Parts: sequence; structure tokens; C-alpha cells
Amino acid sequence: MAIKLKEVDAVVVGLGWTGGILSKELAEAGLKVVALERGGMRSTANDYSLPGVRDELRYVHRHDLMQDTQRDTLTIRNNVKMEALPMRQLGSFLPGEVVGGSSVHWSGHTWRWTDMEFKVRSLYEERYGKSFIPPDMTIQDWGITYAELEPYYDKFEYVAGVSGKAGNLQGKIQPGGNPFEAPRAREYPLPPLTTILASQMFADAAKNMGYHPFPRPSANASRAYTNPDGARFGACQYCGFCQRFGCEANAKGSAHMTVIPIAMRNPNFELRTHSWVTKVLKDGNRVTGVTYTNVLTGEEYEQPAGIVLLNAYAINNVHLMLLSGIGTPYDPAAQKGVVGKNYCYQTGVSANLFFEGRNFNPFMAAGGSNWTADDFNINLDFDRAPHGFIGGYSMGSGFNTALPIGYRPVPRGTPSWGKAWKAATAKWYQTAMNIGASGSVMANRYNYYDLDPTYRNAFGQPLMRMTFDYKENELKMGRHAAQKVNDLAKSMNPTSFNAASVRDSWSVVPYQSTHNTGGTIMGTNPSNSVVNKYLQSWDAHNLFTVGANVFAHNASYNPTGPVGALAYWTADAIKTKYLKNPGPLVSA
Amino acid sequence: MKNDAFDRRSFLKSAVVGSAAAATATLPQSAEAQQRAAASASAAPAYSFLNLEEQAFIEALVDHMVPADEHSPKGTDVGINIYIDRALAGSWGKGARLYMQGPWKQGHPNQGYQLPLTPAELYRAGIPAANAYCAKTYGKPFDKIDEAQREEFLLAWQAGKVAFEGGPPARVFFGMLYQNVVQGMFADPIHGGNRGKAGWKMIGFPGIIAVHYQNVEKYRDKRYTAEIVSIQDMS
Repeated sequence: MAIKLKEVDAVVVGLGWTGGILSKELAEAGLKVVALERGGMRSTANDYSLPGVRDELRYVHRHDLMQDTQRDTLTIRNNVKMEALPMRQLGSFLPGEVVGGSSVHWSGHTWRWTDMEFKVRSLYEERYGKSFIPPDMTIQDWGITYAELEPYYDKFEYVAGVSGKAGNLQGKIQPGGNPFEAPRAREYPLPPLTTILASQMFADAAKNMGYHPFPRPSANASRAYTNPDGARFGACQYCGFCQRFGCEANAKGSAHMTVIPIAMRNPNFELRTHSWVTKVLKDGNRVTGVTYTNVLTGEEYEQPAGIVLLNAYAINNVHLMLLSGIGTPYDPAAQKGVVGKNYCYQTGVSANLFFEGRNFNPFMAAGGSNWTADDFNINLDFDRAPHGFIGGYSMGSGFNTALPIGYRPVPRGTPSWGKAWKAATAKWYQTAMNIGASGSVMANRYNYYDLDPTYRNAFGQPLMRMTFDYKENELKMGRHAAQKVNDLAKSMNPTSFNAASVRDSWSVVPYQSTHNTGGTIMGTNPSNSVVNKYLQSWDAHNLFTVGANVFAHNASYNPTGPVGALAYWTADAIKTKYLKNPGPLVSA
Repeated sequence: MKNDAFDRRSFLKSAVVGSAAAATATLPQSAEAQQRAAASASAAPAYSFLNLEEQAFIEALVDHMVPADEHSPKGTDVGINIYIDRALAGSWGKGARLYMQGPWKQGHPNQGYQLPLTPAELYRAGIPAANAYCAKTYGKPFDKIDEAQREEFLLAWQAGKVAFEGGPPARVFFGMLYQNVVQGMFADPIHGGNRGKAGWKMIGFPGIIAVHYQNVEKYRDKRYTAEIVSIQDMS
């Protein structure tokens, strides 16, 4: 029997970027906030200091900061005809599991998703006609606009310490930035990171091809910085240990060194670590709190709360909704129900280029010292009709965690061991670079989540089941991207290159990206979505969920920009609208 | 070094056989054995997980995959065998972070690892299976076949052309083995391999000291050379 605790104003489930932002904002608004985090406490000084943090084996290959799949994982399959089996160890994506969540181990790439995503269906229908969108492609407008979100993007970029160059200031295209981006009110808080050789060579080649390359915006502080909340950042040291690692210099914008410590200094806020939420409790059109287990003691608690906020990793937010029986689970056969709908991932291609005599110093890079070109991405003028795909891909180059266990490029055909392997590995580690393309994934009727009928987690609950594969749209885009990347690579006249090729089927084994989206998507009404534009549940007005789980499809960009912006947007909606008049913020 | 190791292993094997009759080993004998072990500790690797057959297999494998040349010493001299032994003896080898609930199905390769075995259990089952395959094909276990036969076997194994009768899936075991060899070559030396930072020296990876705020400009398209630093060096 769960021990029932005293009611609080708000309970936050998961303390990463979004949980940290909402905890800080709501505690400052005077609410008594309790955050429940399944992982333990981590701090820069105690956990991410030198030299111990610089351990590739521990953090990249043994997943020190990540979800423990022994306790909870998902089952996976490519299509409904297959039997889903457990993801027995991490691979394709890496959800975080400590205070700070995935914001500790991200690279920092911070994008503004535009109306190219938020109005995806209407834009494509208007330009290409309704029949251009395949019947199984369940894309829909998100119910929010870029203009609404712009101030919140701005807020997040300044909190996270994003280095970059504006490409569009209040409608005026700026030299050096991304000309395809939507208008922004002001510059980034920090100038771009120093351009590394690989990025420079990519940028030069891209310009020669008529593309529009620019330095990637990233929450790696290009110089020492104090954010508007007073959080202090050191300057990025281009140490090469970024993605998968906590930053010992506090140069990477992360929740554990910005919003979370501020919330923790507020007497209205309480953090409970090692607290595993198993269920959201619902009564009529409200939720009443959550039950959770203290994983250090096994004891179960009920935490009543006026507002429940689900801020765990995107997959786990959807899992909790399904476990709690809130909303109707999605059924792909009948195309009824919404919880679990529109799970999306990302696709991509990559080419290695080998240049005899060059020195790329792959170990000398920031998480985001890449350059990017968006000519085939958020560029509405790029005519998709001859290529037959919806969405796009951003091309780029740069190094990110090019550490020697995981990164040892050799020309294809090189033996995997022996003297020839050693010679090639020694020769090319420092003389290779890559060009990659990250592609969007459009929602599809048959890509979704539900509860697994067989496998259970350590709490006896059904695992989440993920059904996903790339569809024709992604294959067409991938082929286009591979061709453009290979053309670009050839134009650079490398000694040799490993050509890019399309990713044809999704495998859980190699790491691809921790950009899992959808499942509890936002939208304009309860029949097409789980939450409204304020990320408020249509089924329970005091339940909100913030994360990439609300994205109606996935773009080519990394998701953290809109995730952070939506956290501030939701915090604002709760503070300025909901608390004054608790109830649905959008009428169904 | 290698011959020493084989001699030691032969000795230990015969010692086991010889003492089988006198199962109640007396204290003096035991103390003598301890002294002998202590005397050889500096010359021979000390293992905490791998048994004698496994040691022979792994030593032969890592020396074949990482032969001595101008780029690095051979695999056992880099400590790749020791890295593997420690990894298997530790929490990773015992299945930490591995979801181990059934039912167990083979599944599609896209679904990843599906064996009901921890890494340590997979090695324990896989090495005798690989040796049985070699014995059937070449008449000897892996550590006793010649270099050309080792190469032929490993290439076939990597290409998925080797099956273990009644053993674990050969392909899955090879994948893990190869990953572990690479880790033993390039992981920080605190994990037992990459001895003398040999793997890092081979490719010019400068290790863990990385204050490159100015270097990123200064060394653009220039070879960066600095003393290679590991975690132990900074502790």
C-alpha cells in the first residue's frame, strides 16, 4: 500500500531541461513544487571533474549517464507483423537518467524549428496539392506557430548559452548566418565557435556548389558567459569529449548548471532523487497526483498534486500516459485513438573523406563546431516535386566526440585487423573528415507506440513497444541526400572517400540519434492529438507534458531548441493563464 | 614472453593432473605454489576471469589481430587480453545494464542482442565452441593452428561463414569479441589495456588533457604533438 504524502501544488516527473525549467519557473511563481527524478544527483564539481570524466569507455560505451535497460527498456520491431523483442542494451538512442537528464550529455545543437514543421500539412498541400502527401503519412499541423514560439526560443537560447550567428534578424537576411531561418528578434547570446578545418573545408565546398553554409548554433559557450539568471559558463575548450559527457568547464549549457541549481535554492522547491514514477492518478477530468517507488528502499508513495507535469525523456512520458490509462491508445489498424500515435525518428547518411597530408585534429572540437547547409532542409523554394519526398535534410561537417574507440575511419576495403589495419588506422585518424546529412522522418500510420503484451520492467509493468521503420518517403530523401553528399565530397577532391548510402531499415544496434519524437502529440483537437498547443492534456486539464513526445513529426534538426522553448511557453501559459482560471486552455 | 606463458600454462595443467591423486594438498605445497606464482607475476599476466583454455585463445587472438610492428607492440604486450579479462570479471561482463528477462527469441538482427547470456557467459560458451570448430577444421584449437589458418578462420568467422554446433551464435560472439579487442587497444589504460598508451600513440590521440581554446586556431591543419596523458597520469 502506497504511503500517501501531503499534497503539493505541482509535481514534476523527471528533472532534465524541461523539468528544470518548469520547476524553476513555477517555484518562482510561488507554487510548492516537488520534482521526482529516477536517477541520482550529479554535479559538475563532484561528478564531471577531471580526470575521471574523460573516460570514453565508461561514458560512451558503458553508458554511465544513461537509462539502465536492466530495469526498464522497450520492445522493438520494424512492423506490426514482427514480434517485438526487448532492446536488451542501449544502442540506437540514449535516454539520460540522472539529475540533468539528457541535457548533461547532449552536444548542444540548438535549432529553431519553423513553420516548415508546425504547418507541415497545410504548406505542402498548398504548394504541391493534397495528393502529394501519401495516404499513410499521418502528418498534421501542430497547432502552434513560429511567431508564437519566437520569444521562448530566444529565452531558451540565452539561458543555455548558445553560440551562433543570426541569419535573419527581424526579417533582414544577415551575412554569415542561415538565410533560410525564420526571423529572430535579436542575435545569439554568443558569437559562433571557432571554425575547425573540417567545417571550413565543408563550407568552402558548399559555397562552391551554390549552397549557403553557416556555423551551427550550439550551446557550447564560445567565450565565458553569464546567463540572464546569473548562471556562469566557462569558455568551451574544444576538448573533444562533449556528447555523452558532462562538461567539466560548465561550458555546455545544461540543466544541472543553470535552471536546476536555481530551483534548488528556492524554498518552494524540493527534489527527490531515486524516485521512479509508476503511474499518474486520474479522477474524472483531473489528475490527482502520481505514485512512485523509492528505488533505494522499494517503498511506494502517493504524491498528490494540483498540477502534474511529465518531463521525463520523450519515450518515458508516453509510456507513463499509456501505463496510467490516460487518453485512448492509438490503434493503427482502425486509426483510432491518439496515445502512441506518430512516433518518429530521424534518418541520415554519412561519407568519410580521406585527405593525405591534411591535419584535421579530430580530438580538437566542440560539441557543435560544425557547419551546416539547409538548402535541402527548411528551404521552401527547394522543389520537392521531382524527388517525391516531404521534409528535408541538413548537410554538415565537423567532429563530435571523435574518440579512438568509436572513431577510426579507414577507407572501405581495409582489413579489420592485422598490420594493414594498423597502418591504415594510424594513417587516417587525423587525416579524415566526414560530411553527413540528418534527415526528417514524417509521421506514418504504422510507426507508433503501445504497451508490450509480453515483457515487463522491474516494477512489473508492461514495457513500451516501439514499432518503427523508414518508409518510402525517407528512402527517397535518403537517396537524394546520399547523392548530394557524394557530389559535394567528390568536388573536394579527396585522396579517397567512403561514399554515403541510404539507411534502408531501422536497426536498434548502432547509435543513430537520441531524437525520438511523438506519441503524445500536440494538435488542434482531441481527435487528432493528446495535448493542446499549451501541452495540456485534452483529458485532464491539470496534466501537462513537455518533451519531444509532443512533436507531431520529426524534423532533420536536433529537438532541444523547440523542447526548451516549449518548456518556457508552457510555464508561461500555466503562470499567466492556467493559475488564474484552472481549466482547459483551449476548448475542445 | 609468449613461450613463457605457454610453459606456465602447461605447468599449471600438469600440476593439476599431478595433484589430483593427492587431493588434500598440504600447506607447504600450497605455499610453494604461491611463491612460484609470485615469482612469475612480473613476467606473466595474472587473470581474474579467463580459464587456461580461454587465456590461450584470447592471447593468440589479440596477438594475431594486433601484431607487433612499427605502429605498436603486439596485443598481449598492449594488455588487450588483460582488458578483456577485467571487463568480463567486472560488472559489464556480469550483465550490468543488460535486460535479462525472457522469453528468449532469436529475433531479427535489427533487434540487436537477444541471447540469454551475459558477456562472461557468452565468452565461456563461445571460446570452446570456436576451438571445437578449429579442431574439426584444422585438427587443433585456435591457439595451436598456424598464422595462415588463424587468418582464414577469422575471416570466415567475421563473414558469417562459421557456425558453432550447439554453441552460441558465432556471429554474435565475434561481434562482441572484436569490439572488446578494439576497446582493449584504445580505452584509457586504467581499464587494463592500451598499455603504455600504445593505442593512442599509434594514431596520435593526445589523451585526456584537452585545453584547446587557443590550439583550435593555432593547430588548424597542423600536426598537434604533445605528451599523451591518461587518467592515471593526472590522478
